[in-house]
Amino acid sequence: MPAVVPSAATAHGSDEATVRRSRRSTPYLLLAPGLGWLAVFFVVPLFASLATSLQVPLVEGDPDQGYTQGFAVQNYVNAITEYWPQFLKSFLYAGIATLLALCIAYPLAYFIAFHAGKWRNIMLILVVAPFFCSFLIRTYAWKTILADQSPVTQFLNALHLLPDDRILNTPLAVITGIAYNFLPFMTLPLYAALERIDFRLIEAGGDLYGSAWTTFRKVTFPLSLPGVVAGTLLTFIPAVGDFINAQLLGSVKDKMIGNVIDSQFRIVRDYPMASALSFLLMAATLTIVFLYIRRAGTDDLV
Amino acid sequence: MSTPTVDRAVAPFDPRDHVAKKPGAVVRGLRWVREHIIGIAAVLALFYLFLPIAIVVIFSFNKPVGRQNVAWNEFSLDAWTNICRDPTICESVGVSLQIAFVATIIATLLGTLISFALVRHRFRGRTATNLLIFLPMATPEVVLGASLLALFLNLGAPLGFGTILIAHVMFCISFVVVTVKARLAGLDPRLEQAAMDLYADERSTFRYVTLPLVLPGIISAGLLAFSLSFDDFIITNFNNGTLVTFPLYVWGAAQRGIPPQVNVIGSLMFFGALAIVVIAQIVGAARRKK
Repeated sequence: MPAVVPSAATAHGSDEATVRRSRRSTPYLLLAPGLGWLAVFFVVPLFASLATSLQVPLVEGDPDQGYTQGFAVQNYVNAITEYWPQFLKSFLYAGIATLLALCIAYPLAYFIAFHAGKWRNIMLILVVAPFFCSFLIRTYAWKTILADQSPVTQFLNALHLLPDDRILNTPLAVITGIAYNFLPFMTLPLYAALERIDFRLIEAGGDLYGSAWTTFRKVTFPLSLPGVVAGTLLTFIPAVGDFINAQLLGSVKDKMIGNVIDSQFRIVRDYPMASALSFLLMAATLTIVFLYIRRAGTDDLV
Repeated sequence: MSTPTVDRAVAPFDPRDHVAKKPGAVVRGLRWVREHIIGIAAVLALFYLFLPIAIVVIFSFNKPVGRQNVAWNEFSLDAWTNICRDPTICESVGVSLQIAFVATIIATLLGTLISFALVRHRFRGRTATNLLIFLPMATPEVVLGASLLALFLNLGAPLGFGTILIAHVMFCISFVVVTVKARLAGLDPRLEQAAMDLYADERSTFRYVTLPLVLPGIISAGLLAFSLSFDDFIITNFNNGTLVTFPLYVWGAAQRGIPPQVNVIGSLMFFGALAIVVIAQIVGAARRKK
């Protein structure tokens, strides 16, 4: 294509300076709309929320009169002293549910990565498929499955495995529900990490007289660690703030911090308290996330 | 099998030999379980995954006695043939589809642009950008919803379609960036260099080389954004005003009993998504064979 050559050459030659200048601005032009959206509707709301969390009632003792901007650090003290049990419960339930999800997802991901053969893609689809059925509908289905008269409950009761003789309206139901609802967030990163492992390394472990368990502990598991970190984070973060499982499957005693924030905001309408609580939740979650990432030594999560 | 012949000649009644040759059913069963323990755990996990879905589908064929569709009564196709008996169900599905559609287009466009900047360009502020993308994903949904509501309340903005859309685009962008970035980072840059060497200008390189290669990533990001938006309850519940999306309808209906039509829509979403993914797999496999 000789005709193209001169034109391309001139374009490169004469406009080099402009091209280079536009090159330098290109990334910012690409970033501007998306980051602008996040700045206005994510960062600004966080500051609006911070401001709200420090507001004081217009009329002392009568929140219905509305609030005015203040610097009431007392709101945070109140939030912690009043609701620390719900905070603790949220992190406890989310932590146990994350571990449970890890125990369920690991063999599944391992099987898909190493034993599924040509069924691999089909099994991956099967892992994700249940989650196209709406979150709320699935959780209501669990309500049916775990109900007091259901076969599952009666079976476990017959084995005397249930301390309260029931599952629904106990922490067990909340934890089961959370573990279920975030299972694909655990399974997919685990699968991605396991699939990347050179299977010969695992075989070598066996060849060097490592038992199956030792090989797993010393070879497979350490190599799958990036997936474990990503999966536990992707499960833990939404689990901490979730209130649907606690609302539908738990009793009044099993309320998590998400329930408190939701009701403070939309029912009690104590906006400063709700904002202070959500700020504390965010700070606590981010602290745990960053400590965990540093501990696990993987910064390439971002 | 080589040693027993020798052993048997010396000690024909050794009981250990007997066990090794003809293990009992229990021992054989235990050994089989031991050898297939991972497969068994995987099957149990799949069972756990599909148990609620089975309940949803089964109860879509139920004819409930009262308002609560929790106890099996009688097989009926009623809910399937009269999905819109309560028109608010279908209206809410319509609202959710509209919001998910528009939110997906905006979020996929904005997110894809960000991914290109992150993977293809060196610029100052990269760390801050990465952090700004990561933070919305690391923030609990209640916090996202509550803070946005605080902003809208401070501004006195009317809650409804617009505020839901704004919220959905906001939380979808990060997921789009992560998905497209992964695809883009896995691309061999030499393919684009080759196009340039063959005298393609930047625009046609992008149009005929880069875009087709990144497209699968963009499509899966779009599908992810669509399902996140369609299914969102927590953030929407803060910013909806009086507009009712499908998850909000389900939540509200729970107080007076969920009609089996909700199960029908859940089943349709499940089988519809399954069909799309399976067709995409088959088409992909066929194309790879070519």
